[in-house]
Amino acid sequence: MGRTVTRAQLSEAVYQEVGLSRNESADLVEAVLKEISDDLIVGNTVKLSSFGSFSVREKGGRMGRNPKTGEEVPIKPRRVLVFRPSHVLKEQINVSLSDLKAAGSLPDGVVLDTDES
Amino acid sequence: MIKSELVAKLAQANPHLYQRDVERIVSTIFDEICTALARGDRVELRGFGAFSVKNRPARVGRNPRTGQPVEVAEKFVPFFKTGKELRERLNAEPGTAPDAGQTTPETAPSPSGFGGSDV
Repeated sequence: MGRTVTRAQLSEAVYQEVGLSRNESADLVEAVLKEISDDLIVGNTVKLSSFGSFSVREKGGRMGRNPKTGEEVPIKPRRVLVFRPSHVLKEQINVSLSDLKAAGSLPDGVVLDTDES
Repeated sequence: MIKSELVAKLAQANPHLYQRDVERIVSTIFDEICTALARGDRVELRGFGAFSVKNRPARVGRNPRTGQPVEVAEKFVPFFKTGKELRERLNAEPGTAPDAGQTTPETAPSPSGFGGSDV
C-alpha cells in the first residue's frame, strides 16, 4: 500500500540532513513552500532544476456542464497552476516503478490511479 | 524564479544560516519528494498541493505523420494537483481585498461536485 508523505516527513528529512532543530526545520519547509507560492501568485514561473517547473496559465471562460445534472454552468476565466516534471524526475519515477512492478512489489491503491487522458 | 534565486531569498530571510545550508535544505526537500514518488508514495502538502504517480497503461499509438501504429509501453508519470488554498489565492482578485468594500462580485460558482478531493 502506498503511503502518504507530508510536511512532517519533509521536516524530519531536513532535521536529519542539516541538523537544525525540529522546529526550525519545519519553519524552513514552510518558508520554501511560501516563497514558491508567493512567486506563482505574482504570475512568475518557478523552475527547480532536476525537479520540474511550476507555471501559471490563464484560462479563458467557457460553458461547462455539471456532469451530474447535465445543467450548463458558465466557467469564469481563471488562473491555473501547471506543474511540468523535469526529465530527470520523470525518468527516475518511471524506472523505479517499472522495476518495482517487475518485482511484483508495486504499491497499490490510492497512489497509482490509471488515467487515460 | 529558479532554484538559486529561491535559495538567495531564503538566505536573506534567515541571516543566521549559511547559504550552503539553505541550499541543502531546499535540495533535501525536493529530493525527498522525488524519492517518495519513486517508491510509489503520494506527497501531500496541504494548502500547496499534492504530488502523486499515475500509471499510464501500454497502448497502441499512431505516428501522426504516417498513420502507422506504434506500440507505446506502459509508463509511470508524476502528477501534481494544486491545493485548494493556493488555487484560491491564484484567483483572488486584488480588488476584492477586505478594504476594497462595496462592489464585491458574487462568489465564483463552487466547483464542488466536479469530483476530486481538495488538498
